[in-house]
Amino acid sequence: MAEKTKDILFGPIFDNNPIALQILGICSALAVTSNLNTTLTMCIALTAVTAFSNFFVSCIRNQIPGSIRMIVQMTIIASLVIVVDQFLRAYAYSISKQLSVFVGLIITNCIVMGRVEAFAMKNPPIPSFLDGVGNGLGYSVILLGLGFTRELLGSGSLFGYQILERTVDGGWYNTNGLMLLPPSAFFLIGLFIWAIRAWKPEQVEEDVFKMKPHTRTSDAF
Amino acid sequence: MAGNSESVGRTLLVALLVCLVCAVVVSTAAVSLRPVQQKNQVLDRQVNILQAAGLYQPGMDVQQAFDTIERKFVDLETGEYVDKPESYDPLKAAKDPAESERLSADQDIASIKRQENVSEVYLARDDDGNLSRIILPVRGYGLWSTLYGFLALEADAETVSGLGFYQHGETPGLGGEVDNPAWKGLWPGKKLHDDSGDVAIQVVKGTVDSGAAGAEHKVDGLAGATLTSKGVNNLVRFWVGEDGFGPYLDRMKAANDGAGSAAVEADNGGEA
Repeated sequence: MAEKTKDILFGPIFDNNPIALQILGICSALAVTSNLNTTLTMCIALTAVTAFSNFFVSCIRNQIPGSIRMIVQMTIIASLVIVVDQFLRAYAYSISKQLSVFVGLIITNCIVMGRVEAFAMKNPPIPSFLDGVGNGLGYSVILLGLGFTRELLGSGSLFGYQILERTVDGGWYNTNGLMLLPPSAFFLIGLFIWAIRAWKPEQVEEDVFKMKPHTRTSDAF
Repeated sequence: MAGNSESVGRTLLVALLVCLVCAVVVSTAAVSLRPVQQKNQVLDRQVNILQAAGLYQPGMDVQQAFDTIERKFVDLETGEYVDKPESYDPLKAAKDPAESERLSADQDIASIKRQENVSEVYLARDDDGNLSRIILPVRGYGLWSTLYGFLALEADAETVSGLGFYQHGETPGLGGEVDNPAWKGLWPGKKLHDDSGDVAIQVVKGTVDSGAAGAEHKVDGLAGATLTSKGVNNLVRFWVGEDGFGPYLDRMKAANDGAGSAAVEADNGGEA
């Protein structure tokens, strides 16, 4: 049992990472990672929502009629996201302003819905809660990696503290503007996936179809 | 059990209960946290005003610093002070046809579409109670977004003492550099009008040669952000111009020329 709990909690970090293996939740990973403050807040918000929505859905999983399963899950997720959003506005106003619409968009984050539907509907509340925390951690690992790289190379700082002195302030580091734009996160996620799959080759997917060798001109006629 | 939970009555009951519980949770959170959120919004605005005025230091007591700042409402057409309730919001008024006017295309260089009839100003005073800063709310379109900010002027209503934006969606690293303290530091000391009284302040492309004629009206553009620079140029010129706070600034200047700041005091007292 202890082994299984550990699996549920830490499995999603590298072995079954929601972003790197399941390729879910990419949208917010591109949008909120230009600095570490917003990234960390987003990670905590998403982990809380995933964990609690898993927990509550699992509590009433035997009562939910199959026909309205999805909409009940959505209602619970949406309510939790609104509560989280209200809390951020009250206690982390400047960060919530930067995150703007992306806190609200946790509702549509496939990781939350995916875990509720795939895990919480079939498992008891406590493991479901842990599964939510685990997947939140998996998401956070990738996001914090992105946030670290993007803020360091894009602004020369970490959590707003200047590490590399920028040329505009008279230092030596010429900031990389691309790192502050969303596409850079896309390239970085690609590199992360490559690194994880090089380390754990079992994650490499089978080709869905095999290419035929090139057709020679003489075969075409 | 499974068959039971699929019946129509059961489905409706579960849906109803889930909605009820969620609604209670959401509304409790929203209502109980609202006072804190509103306090944050006010604080955020005050910090922005102080920053534009160059009065802000990190870690200071914002509320206390704000006690020396007075909020007043100005009729943009006449430049006179008018009375409005404390809850009056110029940005909301700009959306209300009864309290705003549509700008014609050649007036609307800042691309704000509608302009409120009555806007606000913030007057900061020094320790002796003399007027030290006039802070005007400004807004206008850059490249991607409307920039919202404050322009602070010295008591002479002519010299810029600061410009800061509290909300915009310009490209980080390019147009987003409007938030860069080094660039904001170029504004203090610039003059709004030339000798003939026309609005002369402008953001130019490239770097301003400090020896050249008119350098006191010109601010460097942002490298790699031509359209944002242009937007800032337009919005500053619009808001200090005839259609913006022009009439108000003229009145302030006339009051200054008359009998120094005492006249401004009396003037304020008479109309407030």
